[in-house]
Amino acid sequence: MIEIINLCKSFDDHKVLDNLSLNINKGETTVIIGRSGCGKSVLLKHIIGILKPDRGQVIIDGKDVTKMDEKELNNLRMGFGMLFQGAALFDSLNVLENVAFGIIEHMNVSSAEIKKRVKESLALVGLKSIEDKKPAELSGGMRKRVGLARAICLRPQIILYDEPTTGVDPIMGDAINDLILELHNKLGVTGIAVTHDMTSAYKIANRIAMLYNGKIIAVGSPDEIKNTKDPIVRQFVTGAGKGPITEGIDFQHLI
Amino acid sequence: MSIKINFNKNSFSGTKRIASILGHRFMEFVHYTGGISVLMGETLFWIPIPPLRRRQIIEQMAKIGVDSLPIVSLISLFTGMVLALQSAYQMQRFSAEMYIASLVAFSMTRELGPVLTALIVAGRVGASITAELGTMKVTEQIDALETLATNPVKYLVVPRFIALMIMLPLLTIYADIIGIFGGYTIGVYKLNISHSMYMKNTWNPLKYKDLFTGLIKSFFFAIIICIVACYEGMKAEGGAEGVGRSTTSSVVVSFILIIASDCFFTALFYFVTR
Repeated sequence: MIEIINLCKSFDDHKVLDNLSLNINKGETTVIIGRSGCGKSVLLKHIIGILKPDRGQVIIDGKDVTKMDEKELNNLRMGFGMLFQGAALFDSLNVLENVAFGIIEHMNVSSAEIKKRVKESLALVGLKSIEDKKPAELSGGMRKRVGLARAICLRPQIILYDEPTTGVDPIMGDAINDLILELHNKLGVTGIAVTHDMTSAYKIANRIAMLYNGKIIAVGSPDEIKNTKDPIVRQFVTGAGKGPITEGIDFQHLI
Repeated sequence: MSIKINFNKNSFSGTKRIASILGHRFMEFVHYTGGISVLMGETLFWIPIPPLRRRQIIEQMAKIGVDSLPIVSLISLFTGMVLALQSAYQMQRFSAEMYIASLVAFSMTRELGPVLTALIVAGRVGASITAELGTMKVTEQIDALETLATNPVKYLVVPRFIALMIMLPLLTIYADIIGIFGGYTIGVYKLNISHSMYMKNTWNPLKYKDLFTGLIKSFFFAIIICIVACYEGMKAEGGAEGVGRSTTSSVVVSFILIIASDCFFTALFYFVTR
């Protein structure tokens, strides 16, 4: 169980998270939707303790992440996996070293075991025989999948996905959605994904929460969100150009 | 992270505005100095904590030291030659050419060897460290390190710090030797000072303390280059443009600090060792 209580975060004068509260249930996949730049990634980084809030708490299994020292945070992070928006693979390392990074750093296992586990993780994301390649040699979609393989290599209980389907083609996007579902169904992983891809959100979510103006304005099952009466949520999920979110914004048109 | 203070231009009189800008600049300076000090403290904290990461240290030593050899050789050789020629211009008027050897030896070991090497390394290696770490920062690789329960200072800064602390003094000794050799070629082949006279006038007046003052300087220069370069890289933001800005800033700040601390140490050694 992850409880986010009254989280506040500002950058310079810009308030990104404003008294945000949200509960995330164990074993469920919660998708946080919202417009680009609304603070979804910032929220994820608070959950894993990379960013410290100005106020508020993030409580995971009864412990407050915001008050943990580095050692406690690192112990907590061993149970986490995170897929970054641009994959964030280490350029100086090859695919094998990237995927096995957590194992090499924190576990005392033989190189044969490392290779075996990397192969398994890569197979889960539909890749093989690319262990010796450098990230620069991979396409955007492949980098994303290697990033996902790195996130699942330590078999974490909680996985954070930052825009899992952005930057990959629709077919690969759906394959990633299937993989997230599989991790959830077979391994009981708790997933937190942030996205603005509603197709992906409906497919992978047990619950969807909408972030708007620094607050969670709606939480519900995919069906509840799809049929919501809330005009803001409705505009977002239907992808309408006109509505309360874009009120006051004057888009220029060609004559 | 930059500090931004918003003020309405119309609501301030001229003096107040100047005071406000100065105050802003001062706060930025305090912020920067604080950031550098914290990174320095964290680096010293992580050095003795295992693992040592030998492979990374050796890789960095090769990048910092071995790859810098050609440019350090070239610049030291020419500097030694120019020193000999310039001093010959003056010394010949007093028929004191034989002192050119000791002048070159002192200048190289106490001053030009450490400072020129540090400036070359700051420009070559410091810039590359900032660009690499800056790119890692803006592409979230540094965040990724943290999510993989790895401290970025331990993983990225410490190996570079150790490598620089070892390689910069070694490069300095190398630059001293090449510079002295540059002076020797001019002294012996152009000014017709005999080989034995030049060598005697180089080594006899030179004391260990001359070499050590240069090496002490180079240790401090190594700290400056590494910490400034890593700090600038790790605070880079705003994509490619931000990385470019940080890289420029890294080189400029390193240069200023190297020259300023050189002035300080030269004065200190002058009064302590005379």
